Amino acid sequence: MDFDLMITSFPKLLNATLVTLKLLSLSLVFGLFIGLFFAVLRLRKNIFLNKFAYGYSYVFRGTPLLVQIFIIYFGLGQIEYLRTTILWVVLKEPYWCAIIAFALNTGAYTSEILRSAFQTIKPGFIEAGKSLGISNKIIFYKIQIPIAIRQSLPAYGNEIILMMKGTSLASTVTLLDLTGVAKYIISTTFKPVEVFIVAGGIYLFMTFIIHNLIKYLEKRFGYQ
Amino acid sequence: MDLLAFGKTGWGDELFYATLMTIAVSITAMIIGFVFALIFTPLKLSNKKYLNLIGNFYTTVIRGVPELLVIYLLFFGGSGAIMYVASIFGYNEYIEINAFLTGSFSIGIISGAYSTEVFRGAIQSIDKGQFEACKVLGFKKKIQFFKVIMPQMLRLAIPNLSNVWQITLKDTSLISVTGLVEIMRQSYIAAGSTRDPLFFYSFAAVLYLLLTYLSMKLINRLEVKYSRGF
Repeated sequence: MDFDLMITSFPKLLNATLVTLKLLSLSLVFGLFIGLFFAVLRLRKNIFLNKFAYGYSYVFRGTPLLVQIFIIYFGLGQIEYLRTTILWVVLKEPYWCAIIAFALNTGAYTSEILRSAFQTIKPGFIEAGKSLGISNKIIFYKIQIPIAIRQSLPAYGNEIILMMKGTSLASTVTLLDLTGVAKYIISTTFKPVEVFIVAGGIYLFMTFIIHNLIKYLEKRFGYQ
Repeated sequence: MDLLAFGKTGWGDELFYATLMTIAVSITAMIIGFVFALIFTPLKLSNKKYLNLIGNFYTTVIRGVPELLVIYLLFFGGSGAIMYVASIFGYNEYIEINAFLTGSFSIGIISGAYSTEVFRGAIQSIDKGQFEACKVLGFKKKIQFFKVIMPQMLRLAIPNLSNVWQITLKDTSLISVTGLVEIMRQSYIAAGSTRDPLFFYSFAAVLYLLLTYLSMKLINRLEVKYSRGF
């Protein structure tokens, strides 16, 4: 055991954790909106919209995240037309490519979580709203969404943890996130165990925090 | 479509073998995972605190740490660890482990943690009366497990095991970083030499979709078979 290495690599890894957290929070925020959008589409009667949303979530849940990142980072750059548009400003940065891939991926999972949450809302709640003369829009924002969020908290908590682990793939497109820096230190010092303990410890700590945060939220917003 | 031709002109046969490799790694990893689950599920269900602790440590660490980090640990540390063990027995030559074994083993460890949780959940949701009935009838532990508990456990576990299979299948894409030529690695090589990454990565995505789709069909059949008589 090389304790010196563990101590010297800790601040470097902690710095890289910031990158991981940034990737995670941005992709979760975008992913939540994407997920909500597709969950609403899934609830529509229109068969086209419905199938489109189903196809989206099927493709993104059925393929590895690594493929998705590679398609966006290496693949999209190949389309000449894209290089001339304003989109290229975003797509030439590995950082944003990673975030787009993560957001689309977590969006697919989130849409499934939210869809099942919307579907388990008792029709009585919506009927009650209607009989009180509340407009459909307000029923959606004030009744359906809060209940759906409450219902989906445990599953969404798991998704956050999965996504946190997913951000490690950013290291494959040259980003120096926690895993990227850990790999760099491992390949320069050839001491995988020490680095794994420190980096793994940081990841576990984050898992622990997220887990407890979700537990707290569940308690706070759950039915009593 | 020339790019997908079989033979020397295209990448068709290479990608076909790569797909077989992905399937082989996934199945091997799943089996290794079952072995891990068989070891750690009893630990998690044991009455002894310290055995519980070992079981929980395994599932918590593996499920809380990114798969890629576990793969790096085994890829860089695996041969070192084996050489260390070998040196105790007086063997000091350099040992290189094959990429297939490292890959399957690291994905297996990850898949095992998920399988352990599935089996634990399944056993815990079996009615207590079943265990008590076995005791009353004086069954041996072995018969109790194989004839009473396991059939019920499998029935409950299969839907969740299909999720574990999907996770395992998708995780195999990560061992491409160690150089094992499976779908992802082959697409990377093909994309590099033809300068057509969009096509090859999209094709890889299609291959993975096909694999998940077909395996879902197969598993659904198993599910029907095992839930018969319920």
